[in-house]
Amino acid sequence: MKKLAVDDSILLSVDKPARYIGSELNSVVKDKNKIDIRFAMCFPDVYEIGMSHLGIQILYDMFNRREDVWCERVYSPWTDMDRVMREKNIRLFALESQDPILDFDFLGITIQYEMCYTNILQILDLSGIPLHAQDRSDNCPIVIGGGPCAYNPEPLAPFFDMFYIGEGETQYNTLFDLYRKMKKEGKTRQEFLRQASHIPGIYVPSLYQVSYNEDGTLRQFMPLYDDVPARVKKQIVMDLTDAVYPEKPVVPYIKATQDRVVLEVQRGCIRGCRFCQAGMIYRPTRQRNVKVLEKHADSMLKSTGYEEINLSSLSTSDYTQLSGLVDYLVEKYGKEHINIALPSLRIDAFSLDIMSKVQDVRKSSLTFAPEAGSQRLRNIINKGLTEEDILGGAAQAFRGGWSHVKLYFMLGLPQENDDDRRDIAHLANKIAAVFYEEVPKEERHGKCQITVSTSFFVPKPFTPFQWAVMYSPGDYLGFAATVNHEIKAQLNHKSIKYNWHQAEETVLEGFLARGDRRCASVIEKVYRSGQIFDAWTECFHYENWLNAFDETGVDPDFYTKRPRSLDELLPWDFIDIGVSREFLKREWQHAMEGKVTPNCREQCSGCGARVFGGGVCYEGQI
Amino acid sequence: MKVRFKYSRQGELRFIGHLDIMRYFQKAMRRAGIDIRYSEGMSPHMIMSFALPLSVGQTSDCEYMDVELNTPISREEALSRLNSVMAEGIRVTDMIQVAEGKAGKAMSLVSAADYRVKIRDAEKTPEEYRHSWQQMLDHLGLFLTQSDIEVTKEGKDGLKNVNIRPLILDMHQEEDSLFLRVRAGSQANLKPGAAIRSCLDFLDLSMPEYILSVNREEVYADVSENGEHKLVPLGELGI
Repeated sequence: MKKLAVDDSILLSVDKPARYIGSELNSVVKDKNKIDIRFAMCFPDVYEIGMSHLGIQILYDMFNRREDVWCERVYSPWTDMDRVMREKNIRLFALESQDPILDFDFLGITIQYEMCYTNILQILDLSGIPLHAQDRSDNCPIVIGGGPCAYNPEPLAPFFDMFYIGEGETQYNTLFDLYRKMKKEGKTRQEFLRQASHIPGIYVPSLYQVSYNEDGTLRQFMPLYDDVPARVKKQIVMDLTDAVYPEKPVVPYIKATQDRVVLEVQRGCIRGCRFCQAGMIYRPTRQRNVKVLEKHADSMLKSTGYEEINLSSLSTSDYTQLSGLVDYLVEKYGKEHINIALPSLRIDAFSLDIMSKVQDVRKSSLTFAPEAGSQRLRNIINKGLTEEDILGGAAQAFRGGWSHVKLYFMLGLPQENDDDRRDIAHLANKIAAVFYEEVPKEERHGKCQITVSTSFFVPKPFTPFQWAVMYSPGDYLGFAATVNHEIKAQLNHKSIKYNWHQAEETVLEGFLARGDRRCASVIEKVYRSGQIFDAWTECFHYENWLNAFDETGVDPDFYTKRPRSLDELLPWDFIDIGVSREFLKREWQHAMEGKVTPNCREQCSGCGARVFGGGVCYEGQI
Repeated sequence: MKVRFKYSRQGELRFIGHLDIMRYFQKAMRRAGIDIRYSEGMSPHMIMSFALPLSVGQTSDCEYMDVELNTPISREEALSRLNSVMAEGIRVTDMIQVAEGKAGKAMSLVSAADYRVKIRDAEKTPEEYRHSWQQMLDHLGLFLTQSDIEVTKEGKDGLKNVNIRPLILDMHQEEDSLFLRVRAGSQANLKPGAAIRSCLDFLDLSMPEYILSVNREEVYADVSENGEHKLVPLGELGI
């Protein structure tokens, strides 16, 4: 029986003790005396969220295939456990071995959203690792960050030894080989970091120097030494089909958010929505071979026993072999009561046909994401979806038996005005009207239900909208009020339900997304005030952030509301994602002119991602 | 064909709740490729019936779960397939065929259960608590001579007093551990922790429950013959 890091008295006093014991099916246990590198892989949020993340499952599997590496997992202890650990001085531990994180060679943290930044400091602090990389001694783990937020790592720069820019499948083996060699040679932490900075995709923030202009904008960002690269190039897998994929994902005992097999059918998106960061940083779109996906599906369902499989990607309808894959799964697993989940479908005749094959129409709701209420604004954001598409899709769906439709929109987009906002209400009303026109009274199963949800737009690095201005929380709530008011005035208002997102969180997300190194002091201040789990409404306290702005003298408006000129040096400009700054500028200008850019399969727009030499850029050409 | 599986649950799996164990076995059955009947209707689910939920923190040598098989399978085959896909800490130890219908329903049959209770880790337990435990073991007789042992239970209609003496069928010391046989199931149920707490209170001793390990050793059905109660392990009620 293994020794747990925390006593029964504690585990029996906290919520969901299974979060802290490990021992899940398919988790990997090795003999720590027979390995060279111990890696703690962290998702800085609660277990059920972290366990739902595909990226960690992929890297966990890939790292553990190496005989010299043992990769374990660690998540943020929930607030009840956090409190006990601080009171009793219990060091944060990894789930598999229950050993302290401090004993590890690496602590890898995936950074998926801005509102987890205070949790990163919680992880470091509970582990006993100094918050600032410069204060760490040679026997501290190397703290490495990755994931989408690493594409602007600057607000977190002082807290990390290095960042990995891009997809983990590509350079970790090189990094491990280097580490093992230098550890054997007895080299110092500094020597290792310097060498690691030569590996493509590895960014070591302490090896770069930043200076600012008098107006507070960035003047210069440059390496301290000649051998350190001035630009860090994103690393991606060009052959997804043969890339590692976990055949035996870890299966949690408690219900995770993603309680199913996840089959990633492709990476990237051909669409080019101008607000979407994922659509840019994962370019070019790369598909997996359908035969290989079928094999992955088989082995994962067999090894986990899950009763659902999720075909995952940014836009699953654009996967060219979707129909064949779904047919295979329905044929093979339909009788075994295994459900096939298809999120991120564009609603058209083709998708509805596929959806009716895999799910019970009456149970499920349909989701459309028009993102903007008016055609004018949809053209500005390059959401290639017309009102005709939406109403036509809705009509077909209603005829097919669906009666519940969810609609997602954003508020606070560039160029947006009150008319665009009111058009959200009008569009919802038209969809409801389509229901009453299309479905005869005797065939209606209850009322039609339209749920409208709006989030507030946050400009993200490496998107055409990276230069956009944001608003204050009061303004955002005003936008939502306009929508709410207009919905109430619609003929079908009784069929429409409206939800909107928190405004204060939005502003902070925007501050952190486009922040620079000076923002780190704010994050640290907020953490020191006792704040963690900002992504959880019950834990989020805006006052702590306001106080931190006051105390550090950092002005959030500088980062959120200030108009940036197109030639301003941005904190993330040193990262090369393949998509050129020129393309982003051109797209920003097209947005201002309301000009639509075709998707990658219709016509290449010369974004720059061709340099990777594959994917959609070369489809049908080889 | 209706069958009853017996399994043990040890080690860290004491921290997994009952509902999660049910979800665990649904997945395990699919991994093992055991063809189980599903319910009819809008959202079909595997038909499974667990005899007696185990409290978080406790281990067990003897858990029972009834399922209906679409495709019959031998005991050896079922055990070998299931045990090749179990998580560490769970072993399936037996499978028997049981009567169809209500007569064979594990949950409604339960009448009593055996537990063994001892100090989990003597080295880490303060002297004071070890002393209390020994005192309690030494004076069980005194506690059990009472004909009426009142405890306050929280029910649906608020607090009420219950006499738990008739629910304690056996309670005696075996070396450094306590053996407990108590009524269990929907008719009358006594948790081992409640019996121990009551005994400690009676003897004016104090000690936290978390230092104890509680292991379930058997679950019984009451097979009355000529008005005489007879307890039979659920695993011996096969056809």
